[in-house]
Amino acid sequence: MEKPLTQHIVPGRKPLNLKAYEKVGGYQSVRKALKEMTPQEVQALVKDSNLRGRGGAGFNTGLKWSFVPMGPDAATPKYLVANADEMEPGTFKDRVLLEGNPHQLIEGMIVSAYAIQASISYVFMRWAYKLAAREITQAIQDAYEAGYLGKNILGTGFDLEMHLHTGVGRYMCGEETALLNALEGKRANPRVKPPFPQVSGLFGKPTIVNNVETLCNIPHIINNGAEWFKKLGLTEDAGTKLYGVSGRVKTPGCWELPMGTTIRELLEVHAGGMQDGYLFKGLLPGGASTDFLVEEHLDLPMDYPSIQNAGSRMGTGTMIILDDQTCPVGFVHNLQHFFAQESCGFCTPCREGLPWVEKILLAMDRGEGKPEHLLTLDFHTKYLGPGNTFCALAPGAMEPLQSALKYFREDFERHIHEHHCPWSKTTAWQPSI
Amino acid sequence: MATIYIDNKPYDVKAGKNLLEACLSLGLDLPYFCYHPAMGSIGACRQCAVKVYRDENDTKGKLFMSCMEQVREGMRVSIADLEAKEFRAHVIGWLMTNHPHDCAVCDEGGSCHLQDMTVMTGHNYRQYRFDKRTYINQNLGPFLNHEMNRCIQCYRCVRYYKDYAGGKDLDVYAAHNHLYFGRAEDGTLESEFSGNLAEVCPTGVFTDKTLKQHYTRKWDLTSAPSVCHHCSLGCNTIAGERYGTLRNITNRYNGEVNGYFLCDRGRFGYEFVNSAGRVRMPLVRQMLPEATDKYTALKAAASALKAGRVIGIGSPRASLESNYVLRKLVGEDNFHHGVSDTNHDLVDMALNILCEGSAPTPTLQEIEQCDAVFILGEDLTNTAPLMALAVRQSVRQKPMLEQVSKANIPVWQDAAARSLIQSEQGPLFMAHYTPTKLDELATKTYFNAPDDIARLGFAVANLIHPDSPEVRGISDEDQALAQQIADALMQASKPLVISGTSSGNERVLKAAANIAHALIAREKAASISLVVPECNSMGLAMMGGHKLESAFEAVLNDYADTVIILENDLFRRASTARVTQFLDRCEQVIVLDHLHNATTEKADILLPAGTFSEADGTLINNEGRAQRFFQVHATPEEIQESWHWLAELGTIMADEQISSWHGYDDIVKALTNEIPALRSIKKAAPPSDFRIAGQKIPREPHRFSGRTSMLANINVSEPKPPQDPDSPLSYTMEGYRGQPPSSVIPFFWSPGWNSVQATNKYQQEVGGHLKGGDPGIRLIEPIGTAPFSVAVPQAFVPLEGHLFMLPLHHTFGSEELSNQAAAIQERIPEPYVAINATDAQRMKLSEGQLLSFSIEGQVYQLPIKLSQTIPSGAAGMPNGLPGVPFAELPAWAILNRDIKWKKQPQTTF
Repeated sequence: MEKPLTQHIVPGRKPLNLKAYEKVGGYQSVRKALKEMTPQEVQALVKDSNLRGRGGAGFNTGLKWSFVPMGPDAATPKYLVANADEMEPGTFKDRVLLEGNPHQLIEGMIVSAYAIQASISYVFMRWAYKLAAREITQAIQDAYEAGYLGKNILGTGFDLEMHLHTGVGRYMCGEETALLNALEGKRANPRVKPPFPQVSGLFGKPTIVNNVETLCNIPHIINNGAEWFKKLGLTEDAGTKLYGVSGRVKTPGCWELPMGTTIRELLEVHAGGMQDGYLFKGLLPGGASTDFLVEEHLDLPMDYPSIQNAGSRMGTGTMIILDDQTCPVGFVHNLQHFFAQESCGFCTPCREGLPWVEKILLAMDRGEGKPEHLLTLDFHTKYLGPGNTFCALAPGAMEPLQSALKYFREDFERHIHEHHCPWSKTTAWQPSI
Repeated sequence: MATIYIDNKPYDVKAGKNLLEACLSLGLDLPYFCYHPAMGSIGACRQCAVKVYRDENDTKGKLFMSCMEQVREGMRVSIADLEAKEFRAHVIGWLMTNHPHDCAVCDEGGSCHLQDMTVMTGHNYRQYRFDKRTYINQNLGPFLNHEMNRCIQCYRCVRYYKDYAGGKDLDVYAAHNHLYFGRAEDGTLESEFSGNLAEVCPTGVFTDKTLKQHYTRKWDLTSAPSVCHHCSLGCNTIAGERYGTLRNITNRYNGEVNGYFLCDRGRFGYEFVNSAGRVRMPLVRQMLPEATDKYTALKAAASALKAGRVIGIGSPRASLESNYVLRKLVGEDNFHHGVSDTNHDLVDMALNILCEGSAPTPTLQEIEQCDAVFILGEDLTNTAPLMALAVRQSVRQKPMLEQVSKANIPVWQDAAARSLIQSEQGPLFMAHYTPTKLDELATKTYFNAPDDIARLGFAVANLIHPDSPEVRGISDEDQALAQQIADALMQASKPLVISGTSSGNERVLKAAANIAHALIAREKAASISLVVPECNSMGLAMMGGHKLESAFEAVLNDYADTVIILENDLFRRASTARVTQFLDRCEQVIVLDHLHNATTEKADILLPAGTFSEADGTLINNEGRAQRFFQVHATPEEIQESWHWLAELGTIMADEQISSWHGYDDIVKALTNEIPALRSIKKAAPPSDFRIAGQKIPREPHRFSGRTSMLANINVSEPKPPQDPDSPLSYTMEGYRGQPPSSVIPFFWSPGWNSVQATNKYQQEVGGHLKGGDPGIRLIEPIGTAPFSVAVPQAFVPLEGHLFMLPLHHTFGSEELSNQAAAIQERIPEPYVAINATDAQRMKLSEGQLLSFSIEGQVYQLPIKLSQTIPSGAAGMPNGLPGVPFAELPAWAILNRDIKWKKQPQTTF
């Protein structure tokens, strides 16, 4: 089984330095792309490979690039940004790549920047990834010294600057336009689309923001071709994917597997099944902002269309398992607390709606829930949908809630009618003052 | 135009607008918060959601924010759709989770956009049962109150304050449902335009602090359309009164002049009307007691006039009508402008440039559309604040035209346009002797003495058109700058030259005129805007009259012995010694004014003149636009318009023409017949007999309360309401309730729209002209007969032992009447003299030390402020500031010390 992304990553070992990375074939794709291919050819190749954005939205990467204005009339400078602001709860796949093989990301970024003719690039990294920040800083410095970054890279006339920018820890910064605002030194509020960042992005110039995992795939596609990449996947989606499992499983972790590996295989083979004494109740397939899936969905392949058809989203591909001994209301409350806190406060439904939802769930968890609270939760799941809010944060927050209300509604009702959390040890209900 | 279907009805709407603008322009009710016509859309509040359908077969539709959707031909939309309605009600529900239920004690209540929108959406019952979040408020200075708990986070305040008005000290802090809109710490908001926050804020976070001192609900105010008297721009205002005191000034939308905004001097300067320093009773100084009734005072004045040889001194802060009646009373030969002679000549020249030049003068709204601006010798923020605000918008024009339209971003899409153009700005060039707040936007700033500014201007004109004279001996550096400016102006589609009288230098005006003329000669759509000193300076110049100095001479040479001074403190017009000498020589001094001042102290007969809120009249602003202001409230008979006093005097004196007048309209008629240049002023507003459906226009809203009880402490029977013979407005609640002509809108209100946002309903299209055209009538059109001026000055050369004292202006402090408003007084700077830092070093003087100098015998001792920009050998002194005696600036100040300036090469011709 080919594992192009993680082949050189050994847990517990320091990442390959530049020399070692070059020895195993590193930076070959830079030579190939910059010397033998036109930017348009790189774009076309990536488009053909059917590489879909690994940040969660799953948009064809090559297609995204193709919206960048090219040619002498295009606005300059153009920017490439690696979105390393991995803040989705339950998601830790980019961290593996950042800490495990920083040069792979830099290589992918150089080729991607070349494809869109960007001259300045940024790695926008989550503040908490201190080790990754150290590794990337070193790797960027080494790449500059080796002539892979800077002016006239490898004598091809292509220039690229690269900077690491560490954020201050806002979930919003994972949204590409909010990330751009943050990078400009402004509030991390999302921007209106259109205009899309490909046309008016960082500092008003054409910009591509790609996820770390997406960018790490680029060198391999350049080296091995589109057909090879497509064949890596088990289903119609191409490539491999870094899948993760967390929750009460025997061996939680992150593994590179062919796109389309089934949920059951992930859960039972790679994660070793549920811990003893715990039963599977449900899972969030791609991070906190995706809909619950339950027992009946376990044989679905983890790829974009299959999960979408089941009413959820593949998201980041890193699943969180809900077991039978965890209160689903408390579980969802925890998530809503996160989302309410991470709302940027720009649009009304998200800013005011999420705290309301959070307060209701907390009240339920404390046994103070009222039947009408379910109606309030229902209208939030209805109206905090895409398009009604400014960006995807609140709709994402509603996904676990609406599916919890669908699959675990009786658990919510029990909280209300029994005036306490059935999972809680304190059973006696105390009226609130 | 595009045809769209709203709830299955076809409507023709303007293409390129957003759906919200289209709906509001059609008169449909659709709630919104974050959108503002002057600032466009950002899509934050999600209040204006509507259903949009793909085509006529689509029955499901999807919710869209109408402010973010461009109108498309054939678009199918539903406002009434149940889901859309439910969503809009939920948005209010969300906002109400944290909004306090304090309408009853909130200053905004009754004029609150949030209240209106809440009622409009039908959100009646609160479902939210948890705690509300609370904040600590800030002290934001004398103008605004801050109550953050009421905030609905629409972002309008920061968008207005930072993005639109260029303020630095208001921002949004924190995140999620704990956003904070305020300053980094307590303190006075620095912007001169902060007061607009009270109107921009859709609820009661920012409210008028001066109104709070004498609070009245909007529905209890007696209001009338007024015109700001505090600078030459003539911004339209609404003045509100209750119980005989003026309560507030709010913006009166005029699509050509001030649009939605006022400056703080205009908004908060009104308090002088309520000042303890008002002249409230006629005074006859030779009687005891001095205070007397109207008729005794009139008789005394009439006998003084009969006995003496009379001259009249008019005023640029009095209405055309008052000046005209004075001129009539004393005779044209004896009518003098009550302004300094420098001021007199400069305003005449400005008028001449506008009339005989070739470039038209733009409205403030047109200034916003100009894409290259060159400002010569004007500190707009301090002399004509709203023009500075307009220039702030103009620097966005070039990138908006070049980039935003290219990227297919509609102009109303504010957030997208701003993130695209970022800090890019169109050309703005500043030439002045002191830093101004617009410098931060300037492509280049040029600091030098006024004569050198004029030289730069002439050099620019010469580069644009060779017929404009060459400037000899100009430095290479200045020539390069001139070239850059000339290129920028020539490349622009709407270049604009701004200058004015504030630097006191006629060459600067001439240079500006030459540039505009040169641009026109090169067939550019150029315009020229000139700032003049006071609200009716232009009107006075158009009326004509002698100089003040000739009035002094007439009395001192014994040609006259009696003077009538109209609304004018002569001690602000000429040196103390000269004015004292003049007044002491007069046998009888008759003064009409609002406030006690040094001149009224010298009056033998003092007549209380009604202020702008107690008078009808016409002002002509800097662009030559005649605008009518109306009396807000009835006054006791001892306080009346100056023209009223003077006409009564004329009647007593049996002046044939004056006695034939029976009211305001007759005066206007006589004025327009006599002065051809002012012929059109009668069109500025409908005559007093104007009626709609046989009714007058009420100054009071139909919800006005307390009418039968407010005077019950005096008399329990309801008095007959005062009559207004001079205007089509009534002092009551009764009258025509529909929309009056734009010039007589006493307040903006429409069913369901109690806040200032009701303005939408009075406009042809949202953010556009008022229905029936914007108020005011332009009296000046350029005829293009003036040749290029050849008066290129020589470069400024310092004079040993002297400082060339230049006037410095202050938004707060330089204008006479607003200086008497308590809130404004808190913002007036301390007196100072600004001198070149190197000169100071040479004189061994440092910041804060006193500099002693004299101008025309008047000795000054002022603390020093060091300036990096004032040229060596020159200095600046605040104009009109309380505590700084008048000097006719610019002038050579004699230093009481021996000092030699650095030798500068003398330019020779």
